Amino acid sequence: MIDYLREIISGTWSLFVGLGITIRYFFQPVVTVQYPHETLPMTPRFRGHIELTKDVESGETKCIVCGMCQKACPSNCITVNGEKREGVKGKVLTEYTLDFTKCSLCGLCVESCPTEAITFSKDYNLAGLTKEAYIFDLKKRLEAKN
Amino acid sequence: MHVDPEIIRLLAFLVGVIAFAALNAAYLVWLERKEAAHIQRRIGPKEVGPFGLLQPLVDGIKLMTKQLIVPAGVDPVLFKIAPILVMVPAIMSFVTIPFSETLVARNLDIGLLVIFAFASVNVLGLLLGAWGSRNKYAVISAARVVSQNVAYEIPMLVTVVTLVMITGTMNLHNIVTQQLGGFWNWNLLNLSASPLMPVAFLIFFVCMLAETNRAPFDMAEAESELVAGAFTEYSGMGFGVFFMGEYANIVIGASVATILFLGGWDCPLGLFPGVHWFLIKMYFLIFTVIWIRWTYPRTTFYGLLNLSWKILIPISFFNLILTSAMLKVF
Repeated sequence: MIDYLREIISGTWSLFVGLGITIRYFFQPVVTVQYPHETLPMTPRFRGHIELTKDVESGETKCIVCGMCQKACPSNCITVNGEKREGVKGKVLTEYTLDFTKCSLCGLCVESCPTEAITFSKDYNLAGLTKEAYIFDLKKRLEAKN
Repeated sequence: MHVDPEIIRLLAFLVGVIAFAALNAAYLVWLERKEAAHIQRRIGPKEVGPFGLLQPLVDGIKLMTKQLIVPAGVDPVLFKIAPILVMVPAIMSFVTIPFSETLVARNLDIGLLVIFAFASVNVLGLLLGAWGSRNKYAVISAARVVSQNVAYEIPMLVTVVTLVMITGTMNLHNIVTQQLGGFWNWNLLNLSASPLMPVAFLIFFVCMLAETNRAPFDMAEAESELVAGAFTEYSGMGFGVFFMGEYANIVIGASVATILFLGGWDCPLGLFPGVHWFLIKMYFLIFTVIWIRWTYPRTTFYGLLNLSWKILIPISFFNLILTSAMLKVF
């Protein structure tokens, strides 16, 4: 009999404790992010598609057209081309194309780059209507940034 | 032309009661969604109108424009009559509820009895609808609703009998006038009549949750087990009317709890009694009903029946005996 009553009282009390927890949540601020209107900053380790980085001093690409990324890519989605120019040491980048339809975001290209010329972008709004929209000309993108 | 003022009064209250019930059904859905959202730290409806206040209107239009499908093989009469059988008694119960000193459609001497008589028709409506829709989930749901309501009607009515023994009347208006003058006069704290009065209120409230098929006793529409329970085969406004009936029943339950235990339109400190206090208490109880829904998970069916037969019924009978003894002695 004592156990019966004790169980009822402790059970009822636990119900009130539960109500207390939910009402505390009720008065706390909401955590929803209204996505198209608000966005959260992406985390440092987020892997978007790759992009070319700028040299801080010259504002040009750091790419030396060694072709390491092209070789490292398991899905053959990177095309790098360069040419020799008069008066310039080393090769000059003429084409850097990423076929994002094939990219698996493995990051081997970023790892293999000897000059840290490529990095992951924080871009994730990538909806489009054509397949061609996903063949990125990264050189043009870098120039558009400048 | 002479028109009997009684007819105008009747029409005014008819329109008023239906409008009140429909408005409540619409905006309680909004309140439920908002409250659920904030308990889970979300925002809830916000796009349609300021704070999503036009959402119920849009939901209503959606329900009304949908096709009313009557599946092949259903019992056409029972299937169509069931939503009405749920809705009409809920509206009828509003007739006897005194919202304030003067605001009551019909002050009956057996008002309390009328409400409980109509409240039990609700179950019949659900049972007929479920039986008529020729669906196994609906029939399982109906069986659950009936056994649940049989189980919870007993402690509820025993508690009400205890209360009627104290008040000596079934007239809801008189029950409230006995409690006027401040919160220490309310039946909730009427400890001289029975020291178990707060427990009686708790029992009444739990039974009200079960009678209106609200979580954690929502066995009738256990979505994860029974699709939509008794409403599985209903579409469009057929479902809408069921839904409105459910919310109207919650309003009735909260109103009756307010009248019986919380002093109706009485102000807690004895100042400015009026209809606003009735509404504040009633909506606070409804808020609690929704709050409970978003706090507790659904009980098992056996747990639900055990709670009624092993805990609520013995305690309410003990309270009945204690109250009658105290009334006899003092």
